Amino acid sequence: MKVEQISVFLENRAGRLSEVTRVLADSGINIRALSLADTSDFGILRLIVTNHEKAKQVLKENGFTVGRTNVVAAEMEDKPGGLHHILNILGQQGVNVEYMYAFVQQSGKNAVLIFRFDRTDQAIEILQDNGVRILSGEEVYNI
Amino acid sequence: MMYDVARETMPREELEALQTSRLTYLVDKLYHNVPFYREKFRELGVRPEQIKSLNDLKYLPFTEKQDLRNNYPYGLFATPKENIVRIHASSGTTGKATVVGYTQRDVETWAKLMARCLMATGGSRRDMVHNAYGYGLFTGGLGMHYGAEKLGATIMPFSGGGTRRQVMLMKDFGSTILCSTPSYAVKLYETIIAAGMAPEDLKLRIGVFGAEPWSEGMRQEIQSKLGVKAFDIYGLSEIMGPGVAIECDTAQNGLHIWEDHFIPEIIDPATGEVLPMGETGELVITTITKEGIPLIRYRTRDITALNPVPCKCGRTHVRMSRIKGRSDDMLIIRGVNVFPTQIESILLDTHGLTSHYQLIIRREGAMDTLEARVEIDEKLFSDKIKHLQKIEAKLQRDIKEFLGVTAKVSLVEPQTIERSQGKAKRIVDLRS
Repeated sequence: MKVEQISVFLENRAGRLSEVTRVLADSGINIRALSLADTSDFGILRLIVTNHEKAKQVLKENGFTVGRTNVVAAEMEDKPGGLHHILNILGQQGVNVEYMYAFVQQSGKNAVLIFRFDRTDQAIEILQDNGVRILSGEEVYNI
Repeated sequence: MMYDVARETMPREELEALQTSRLTYLVDKLYHNVPFYREKFRELGVRPEQIKSLNDLKYLPFTEKQDLRNNYPYGLFATPKENIVRIHASSGTTGKATVVGYTQRDVETWAKLMARCLMATGGSRRDMVHNAYGYGLFTGGLGMHYGAEKLGATIMPFSGGGTRRQVMLMKDFGSTILCSTPSYAVKLYETIIAAGMAPEDLKLRIGVFGAEPWSEGMRQEIQSKLGVKAFDIYGLSEIMGPGVAIECDTAQNGLHIWEDHFIPEIIDPATGEVLPMGETGELVITTITKEGIPLIRYRTRDITALNPVPCKCGRTHVRMSRIKGRSDDMLIIRGVNVFPTQIESILLDTHGLTSHYQLIIRREGAMDTLEARVEIDEKLFSDKIKHLQKIEAKLQRDIKEFLGVTAKVSLVEPQTIERSQGKAKRIVDLRS
C-alpha cells in the first residue's frame, strides 16, 4: 500500500527546476503530484510520476542526485474538515508526519493526501483501522 | 626492496659526513661560479671556508622562487650552457617562468632517485607504469618516465587528458602502477564507473600520487575505490622534479627524503628561523649534488615536519610528513591560519564525503567570510530538509572546532565544482 516517491536535490539557481521538468518531458514521463521544499541555498523536489524507475534513471543520467522514498497516499472526501479528521487520528495515536502535500482528483469529489511518515507501516495500519482508504501505488500513478 | 641498498640504509654518521663534504664543495663552487651567490654571501659577511659542518648551514642565505625569476632565464646556472642537456620550467602564471637546467649527470641522478622511489612503493621491473603526469616543460611526466625506465619497468607515457581513452588502454595494456595527481586518480575512477567497468577489471596495484597536497582521508578513498596501495611522492622542479621524497611500502607513513642528495631544514616561514626537529614549518632544501642549477636553502613554501625516528623499512633517511599546505597558499581568515588540506581532512576523515569541495573567501565590509561548497552524493542525500541541514550544521561545527574559524557550509549539486586535468581548483579568493 505504499507509493514510490522520487526526490531530487536542487541548488537554488535559476533554471534548475525547469531542467528537471525538461528531462521528464523528453522521456514522456507525466507528473502526478509534486512538492518543493526549500531553504535559502537548496531545495528538495519530491515527485510522484507515472514511471518512477525511468524517471530516476533519466534524471541520474542528467547529473541529478535522486533519492527514492516510500510515501502513503490517503483518500478523503473533498469537503471542510476532511484533512483535520485524518490528522486528528494520527495525532491521537502519536504518529509523526514528516511532511505532506495534497492534490484534488479530477472528478473533484475526492482529494489525495501524500504523507511521509517515519513509521510507515504503523501509520497505514492506524489509518485503515479508522476507515481511511489508502491508495495503492498503481492507483496513484494511473489517476 | 631497495634500488640502492648501500645508500638508502647508510648509517646516519656516514650519511652526515657525506652531506658535509658535498655541502662544503658546493658552497665553494657556487661562491666562485655564480655571481648571485657571491653577492648574497658578501651581504651576509659569510666566507665559503667558514662553512665546515651541517650546523653552519644556518649562516647561509636563503634562495627564493623570486631569485630564479629575477635571474631569468639562466642567471643561477652554475655550469656553462654547453653542459646543460635539458631545460624544464614552471608554468609561470604569476610572472616569469622559473627555469631549471640539468647536466647529463643531473638527469642520471634524477632517474636513479625516481627508480629508488618506485621501488620503495613495491614496484619492480615487471611493472607496467601508466604515467598520467603531464609531459612537457613540467617535470612530472619526464621525471617519472626516466625513473621507470631506469628501474627497468615498462613506462606508458599517457600524459594528461583523454581520460576515457586512458581508462580503456589501462585495462587493455594491463597497467599495474598508476602515476598521477590524486585528483586525477579520482577522476579516472569516476570514468571507469561511467564506462560501465569496475576497478577489478584492471590490474592496478600501486598508485604514486603527487604534485598537489592531499589528505590521509583522500588516500583511504582512493585506495578503497581503485583497489591500489596509494603512495605520496614529493618533488618540485626547482629542486629536481618528482622523486625528492617518497613513502615506503613498509610504513606508508612519512616520505623519505633522499638525504645523500638533499639537505632538508624546517623554518618558521614568518621569521626564517630554523625550528627544532619535529616541529611544523616551511621545508627548506639545499641540493648538494646538482650541477646545472644547485640551490642553497631553497624555500619550498611547503608546510611539513621532519621525523628522525628510524623507519622499520631500514632506510636511514629522514621522513617528512605529508604536505600540510603551502605557506603562500595559507589562507588568513579573520587572523586565523587555515590550510585548505585541513578542511579536506574534516570533510573526508570525519564525514566520508566526496573529495569534491571548494573554498570561497569573500570580504564583506571589513569581515572575511569563508564558504565551503561541498558536492552532495547519493549516500548523503535525503528527501528530508532537516537531514541535509543537520549535515551542514555538523560540518560547520567541526570546521569551527578544528580550525577556529566559522565557515558557511553549502551543499551543491554533483559535478558543479570545476574538475581539472591537473591540479584541482580548491580555492576561490575573491578578496582582492
